[in-house]
Amino acid sequence: MTYVEAPLRAFAAITAFWGVVGFLVGVVIALQLAYPLLNLDLEWTTFGRLRPLHTSAVIFAFGGNALLGTSLFIVQRTCRARLFGGDDAGWFLFWGYQFVIVMAALGYVLGITQGKEYAEPEWYVDLWLTFVWVVYLIVFGGTILRRSEPHIYVANWFYLAFIITIAMLHIGNNVSIPVSFGSSHSYSAPAGVQGAMIQWWYGHNAVGFFLTAGFLGMMYYFIPKQANRPVYSYRLSIVHFWTLIFLYIWAGPHHLHYTALPDWAQVLGMVFSVVLWMPSWGGMINGLMTLSGAWDKLRTNPALRFSVTAVGFYGMSTFEGPVMSIRAVNGLSHYTDWTIGHVHSGAMGWVGFITFGALYYLFPVLWRKKAIWSEKLIAWHFWLATLGIVFYITAMWVSGIMQGLMWRAYDELGFLQYSFVETVEAMHPYYVIRALGGVLYLSGALIMAFNLWKTVTSSEAAEPEAAPASAIAVAAE
Amino acid sequence: MFRWLRDHGVIERNLILMGVLTLITVSIGGLVQIVPLFAVETTIERVSGVRPYTPLEQAGRDIYVREGCYLCHSQMIRPFRDELERYGHYSLAAESMYDHPFQWGSKRTGPDLARVGGRYSDDWHAAHLRSPRALVPASVMPPYAFLDRPLDYADIQDRLRALRMVGVPYTDEMIANARADLEAQARPDADGSAFQGRYARARQGAFDGDPARITEMDALVAYLQMLGTLVDFRDVTPAQLRQP
Repeated sequence: MTYVEAPLRAFAAITAFWGVVGFLVGVVIALQLAYPLLNLDLEWTTFGRLRPLHTSAVIFAFGGNALLGTSLFIVQRTCRARLFGGDDAGWFLFWGYQFVIVMAALGYVLGITQGKEYAEPEWYVDLWLTFVWVVYLIVFGGTILRRSEPHIYVANWFYLAFIITIAMLHIGNNVSIPVSFGSSHSYSAPAGVQGAMIQWWYGHNAVGFFLTAGFLGMMYYFIPKQANRPVYSYRLSIVHFWTLIFLYIWAGPHHLHYTALPDWAQVLGMVFSVVLWMPSWGGMINGLMTLSGAWDKLRTNPALRFSVTAVGFYGMSTFEGPVMSIRAVNGLSHYTDWTIGHVHSGAMGWVGFITFGALYYLFPVLWRKKAIWSEKLIAWHFWLATLGIVFYITAMWVSGIMQGLMWRAYDELGFLQYSFVETVEAMHPYYVIRALGGVLYLSGALIMAFNLWKTVTSSEAAEPEAAPASAIAVAAE
Repeated sequence: MFRWLRDHGVIERNLILMGVLTLITVSIGGLVQIVPLFAVETTIERVSGVRPYTPLEQAGRDIYVREGCYLCHSQMIRPFRDELERYGHYSLAAESMYDHPFQWGSKRTGPDLARVGGRYSDDWHAAHLRSPRALVPASVMPPYAFLDRPLDYADIQDRLRALRMVGVPYTDEMIANARADLEAQARPDADGSAFQGRYARARQGAFDGDPARITEMDALVAYLQMLGTLVDFRDVTPAQLRQP
């Protein structure tokens, strides 16, 4: 038996490519907020049209390709089964998914959007994505059904939950009526308060299942593999898996505190968001403690350093999230840059780093090389990216909290102290620092792209494998 | 104590069982939070005055969505003292009941717009959209001078029809007269009696300053100028605002 690998090489390479594109657009729009002349007086390059391009490129193109590629890699190895549907299925998923991304991106620049955050693609892209996703579920599930291991490995539980839940959310949030069959525009079925609730049920769980559950699947394979240790606790895996997927779905209304959403829904969202802290840290503990007895590998394996730091950032942002979901805190943080900083500590620190760690692991395996071309460059990438994140999130903490306080500040006569535009002006230095953080993070990614390219073209070939790698051992109870 | 965990092996060996249990587990929260919002009538406050958008306002709203204005401007005033003073009465669910999609937003890089209607003149809006920094030097808003191009409203009837399918109460008469109503609203000297009979408190005007042409600027400014103006809060009683 041989594993399907050619489409997975394509997924790995395009993940790095879209990462660079997504970070680059991020730097551009960060600079636009500091220097509005960079909107260039063209309709296609305004902040309003490029911002969805940035978020989609990073979440769905960079993150999505990382998820598809790693899931198809991991499911074959942990089931010791060839991909269901073979190379053809892998290539269909690859090109089908890239088509979604390109169609969506073209639409954004041309002003074709549903006007809902992280769900901007219009109805015709949504329909095509639904089809690709069903094929994905069949290919992934079909491979599990063929497995020669009795148990389904824990990484696959998370990937399965990610695939099923994203299907549910995508369909649920995109019910709409096109203006006509020839029109690219559509109107969402729900309006106002119901539309808002459904959007953030979707939006928060795009975080919960796309950016968390799926990437936890990655954590549960690549950290044990790189550390050469079994997963810390099997019990903890079970408890944190079921509690995480049960609780996450409830957290959406914390995006709607103090809005026209009825209070009962806001309170439910807050309570579940706070409780969600526990299973999130359960996952973090399970990931970090997998290194017990192998901490020295952090010094010698720079790729593992990425994966482990990712789990650290995961722990940090899943603590910050519940704090921000408390209504009193949210009253200050909502509508400000604090939220942007929070999202980026998750996206750059957790999603980005766990993906970088996975790519550094995957390239030598998929291209049959002994090792990554330069370990030194991995270290450069690591420190540049880490510094970039620190600049980014500290700038956003300061600007966000400052903005929130300025909006509610009163002078001694009882009048509002600041006009709105004064608060905009006060943000400028922090927007410059944030953009600088983005530039550092982007430079790191460019170094990675170069390093991966050299690995493919110039690294020494590995000895041919005697037998397919065995499934990773599940921790003995 | 953790004996039940042993039985988890059954789930780990059965893909279909695991998939079905996962689907059930992830469905519960959404069902509990979403279904009552459709079922409980008082979710939408019982205030009067909210009407469907006029064809020109809706065309402007579609431009607002197209340009991603929601990424920097919220349309949701929270019940805080400073927001009351800065923006006006807190936003009601009723005020966005015909918004497909809702545009409450999640970030205020610029100010909230839920009640921006009537706060500035049409001329101010058009000039500000064309060149924000000419009026507000510290603004970071992109310029929207390109909106001074003719509005394409060939499919305005289709738009109203699609909106009716998702629940906006446009009448047959409103759909039949959509083009005429759109043109009447953008031309201040046109006879607007029929139009105003269909859309209460709608204002006719040369929103972009030029009555001869109907532009995207006309539509967007017409939309901005009606935001938050439909409910007359002098007539509203606290009982009407009570949500479940």
